[in-house]
Amino acid sequence: MNSNTKFNVLRTVLSVGIALLISFGIIFLTSKEPVNAIVQLLTGPLQSQRRFGNVIEAMIPLIFTGVGVSIMFAANEINLAGEGAFHLGGLVATYVALNTTLPSGISPLACILAAGFFGAMVTTVPAVLKIKTESDVLVSSLMMNYLILYFANYVLSNFLRDPSAGAVVSFAVPQTTQLGTIFAGTRIHIGLFIALAVAVFGYIFMFKTRTGYELRLTGENRSFARYSGINVVKITLISQLLGGFIFGIGGGVELLGMYNRFTWTSQLGYGWDAIIITTLAKKNPLYVPFAAFFLAYLRTGASIMARSTDVVTEIVTITQGIIILLVVAEQFLSKYKHKMIAKEAKATLTNETEGE
Amino acid sequence: MSEKVLQMNNIMKIYPNGVVAVEDVTFELEKGEIHALLGENGAGKSTLMKVLFGIESPEQGKIILNGTETTIKSPQDAIKKGIGMVHQHFMLVPSLTVAENIVLGTEPKKSGMFIDMEKAVELSQQIAEKYNFDVDVREKVEELPVGIKQKVEILKALYRGADILILDEPTAVLTPQETDELFIQLKKLREAGHTIIFISHKLDEIKEICDRATIMRNGKSKGTHLVKDISTTQMSRLMVGRDVVLTFDKKPLDLKETVLKVRNLCVAGSTGVKRVNNLSFDLKAGEIFGIAGVEGNGQGHLVEVLTGLSKKYMGEISVFGMEAKKHSIKEIRELGMAHIPEDRMTLGCAKNMNIMDNMFSNQYDNPEYSGKVMLKSKKIEKRVNELIKEYLVKCKSYKQNVGMLSGGNIQKVVVAREFSTNPKIIIANQPTRGIDVGAAAFIRQRIIEFREAGSAIILISADLNEILELSDRLAVIYKGQFAGVFNDVKNVTEGELGEYMLGIKKDDKLEGIIYEQ
Amino acid sequence: MIFEAIISPEFFNATLRATTPILFAALASAVASKSGITNMALEGIMLFSALFGVIFSAAFQSAWMGLLVTMIIGGFIGFFLAFFVLRLKTDQILAAIAINLIANGATILILLAVSGDRGVSSSIQSLQIPRVAIPVIENIPFLGRVISNQNILTYISLIMVVVVHMFLYKTPLGLRIRAVGENKDAAESVGISSKKVQYISLIISGVLASIGGFFLSGGYLTYFTTGMSAGRGFIALAAASMGGNTPIGAFLVSILFGAAQALANILQLGSWPYELIQMLPYFTTLLGLGIYSYIRMKKRQRLTGK
Repeated sequence: MNSNTKFNVLRTVLSVGIALLISFGIIFLTSKEPVNAIVQLLTGPLQSQRRFGNVIEAMIPLIFTGVGVSIMFAANEINLAGEGAFHLGGLVATYVALNTTLPSGISPLACILAAGFFGAMVTTVPAVLKIKTESDVLVSSLMMNYLILYFANYVLSNFLRDPSAGAVVSFAVPQTTQLGTIFAGTRIHIGLFIALAVAVFGYIFMFKTRTGYELRLTGENRSFARYSGINVVKITLISQLLGGFIFGIGGGVELLGMYNRFTWTSQLGYGWDAIIITTLAKKNPLYVPFAAFFLAYLRTGASIMARSTDVVTEIVTITQGIIILLVVAEQFLSKYKHKMIAKEAKATLTNETEGE
Repeated sequence: MSEKVLQMNNIMKIYPNGVVAVEDVTFELEKGEIHALLGENGAGKSTLMKVLFGIESPEQGKIILNGTETTIKSPQDAIKKGIGMVHQHFMLVPSLTVAENIVLGTEPKKSGMFIDMEKAVELSQQIAEKYNFDVDVREKVEELPVGIKQKVEILKALYRGADILILDEPTAVLTPQETDELFIQLKKLREAGHTIIFISHKLDEIKEICDRATIMRNGKSKGTHLVKDISTTQMSRLMVGRDVVLTFDKKPLDLKETVLKVRNLCVAGSTGVKRVNNLSFDLKAGEIFGIAGVEGNGQGHLVEVLTGLSKKYMGEISVFGMEAKKHSIKEIRELGMAHIPEDRMTLGCAKNMNIMDNMFSNQYDNPEYSGKVMLKSKKIEKRVNELIKEYLVKCKSYKQNVGMLSGGNIQKVVVAREFSTNPKIIIANQPTRGIDVGAAAFIRQRIIEFREAGSAIILISADLNEILELSDRLAVIYKGQFAGVFNDVKNVTEGELGEYMLGIKKDDKLEGIIYEQ
Repeated sequence: MIFEAIISPEFFNATLRATTPILFAALASAVASKSGITNMALEGIMLFSALFGVIFSAAFQSAWMGLLVTMIIGGFIGFFLAFFVLRLKTDQILAAIAINLIANGATILILLAVSGDRGVSSSIQSLQIPRVAIPVIENIPFLGRVISNQNILTYISLIMVVVVHMFLYKTPLGLRIRAVGENKDAAESVGISSKKVQYISLIISGVLASIGGFFLSGGYLTYFTTGMSAGRGFIALAAASMGGNTPIGAFLVSILFGAAQALANILQLGSWPYELIQMLPYFTTLLGLGIYSYIRMKKRQRLTGK
């Protein structure tokens, strides 16, 4: 491990620590029972199998979004349409589940693949728009998210709505299409394996395949990639397609695993969660499950805390924001970094002179 | 003898990386003269001017301005002391009007908070009229031609009360007509009592407009001369020269088949001016074809189209009989072309990726290192380790990020990568610029080895030593055209070369530049 | 029936009302963009301001004092963003996303702490900036019903278009902001501190966005609900960008979005599918952005001769 990596790990750990401390500070300020709240936050998820199950359940969608955005951001494109891709993925999975009759083994697969396909379409629109018109991906991808939201609401209330249900929800997805649970006493479903497989796939794709190599090169230095003979436009497009695909199947898996009806009528915020996960995981899909676990743990802890004390779960959102701020602040701890690198440079110099 | 407005005595500037950019240089200005500062790229003239303009602080030396010793802490300080600089890249805000650009930072106000635009226009107009600059100060800068933009830059400096004006290669971007006009203006400024430092390497222009010239080479001053007393040939000899002669062992030339054929090549620059103008040449396997020339005479544009990075050219480029325009960068590389780029950090590497990633970017799809989908990591690792050893790259392991290496080692990574494919054509653009002597010698040696193995090499270099020693055939490029060709490089003197490089001499026949019609 | 609704003065009146918050934020975005920074934190600043408006107008029992304090806090958030971006070299988009996240969480937290409710602020006795009828104008047929009887902040937003325009194009600071955003080196070369200028721009941007946020709970509605900025900060970003980041341009595009919003409100009474109509403002943005960018790209290509 060189000093740069060491420093990055150190800074990430410190950032998380500081963010937690600030959050504890806020809890002390606002709560009548701060100690109990903090204990619940930190140890709550470990108190029962069901609660720990909740952590894993919450982790599953986060893995998909973290891997998806890592691949999209690797091309150096701030495409935030993952939110929409995930949402549409859920809708498409429901639609396919309700409108086809396939054997039980194939049905969920078909739903999830269709979800992925439409997810890929969502993230590709801003990318294509940029290639054709040089529009800002950031703004166009945000607009996509709202378009998808209302489109999904439209489809839900006009084509999928179950009139017998009180709320605006779809018909129930057939049992055969739902993803089975794998641990009794929890709601952890097969999606966990899919998510982990996606993380491993993402890692292999980025670091072991030709296209992944082209993608990393393009993201790090577009001119160098072009000079090396890489078709940078094609590679950028592939990364946005693939990222959207993963968001899409994430939406599909989440719906078929955790819901039996399509109930999403407002934005879920997975697009934003993806940002903190990829920030913590340093755009490496292999680290995504750990970052996702961390966030899921914090969320589950927070909701346990909210149920048993007077502190709200939203404290976690604040923690999340602070972590992002500190982890990506290049100059944060930069003096220390400089010292570390200078030390290493000196060591290298001495080695060199010795070698000669 | 007229009054000395500026004396820079025994200036020494050493950059943190240990490069001595300016060594014990003394430079004096007399009031009301146009003083040429002459030298090749890297001779130290820019650094000397940066010291004068407060961008760099010297390690040693005194600056005496109007008789009193002073230190210049920043460009703002320089402006306050009456020194103005017109940079080669204009410091203008395109969407603002000329008047707005001129008053920016010292805007006249009215009713306490608003810019007095009338006043700004008036003041700008006044200053333009005073010096007879024909500029409409209400126009937006982005709509102006380059020549006018430059006038605006000069007006900006004058508005801020500049007595001494530094012009950094002011004619580089101008058309001949614009240049003529600029010279008329400069003469008027001289009459008005301003002192002008004219940085250039165009000898005819210096002859035309300058009173005295200080010539620099390799960070040292080669003296100050009255322009009327020194011939262009003498100037070019002082400016272009070798301090050390390198020698390499080379086998006798063994020419093989023609690998690259260029005919009537024209490349337009971003402003529409022809940067490469009707070039024709052949390149045969087994030779090193040197292209000498002062930087900015079309070398960059030539390399871009030869390597396929740009397809915007007219004429013919045929690589092994294939028209370059019709092939992607990758296809051209697959034909056997390698390219050592001029700027290793923007084109040559990704500094946040490790040595391994940087070393096989031209081979990642070679079946030996990659299947249809997966990379063959083991094989790549083995190959990269071999290359690191073979090219003596000093690093801890291939996992180190390229950005952490020294310039020489980064260049070795680039060269190792480009040479690892056993290229048949090598375009080497400034292959040893800015790196240590050891690494440079190593890279030159490798180039010779490739020549002996039958590759064809185009060597573009500002280093005369390098180009005279390595080349089998040498052409000089000047304003996008070949000004001369030498088939017997051994007998070329640097003096002679300099005359072609600086446009004093021009050979229209160019015998030997093409092998067959 | 829909056509009648659209040409009615009530529609234009509603358009102006719906435009107001977006317009403030779009002006905020324009100022930041002119200085060279994308202020994506508008969304979070608006959300914070909507809440602080309620809290402080109740605390001071004065809507105007509430607005003032909210503006100060808005400016502070702008400064906070600038500090991270300029001093700590944080990516401006990620820093803004972080601020937006913090706003999402903190508003709920604070709301709960102050009102005991985690969704709506109805238990807080907050005050609103009133609507006013303009004498003379209110008697003009049609136009009177469009322009008169709007919230004072709506009038202020229209005045702000002129003020921001004057500021950017007629004052020394405005000139410097534009110079820094377009060519930092050029500005620095004449002694302008680009950092200082960008700090000031982001603070101004924060203040403007906070007025837009205040309007949401202190004029448009009379209470705060969680997440009530509802993407208006992002729409404003698009509006400013499509308006070439000029105040007038931002105003025209904001009106378009306001109209799309008002149209959506009217059309939902008809037989049109409500959800598709809600897509209208966002679709307009996407389409407009594409067209605007395409024209700009062609122009740039022409200029560089490529």
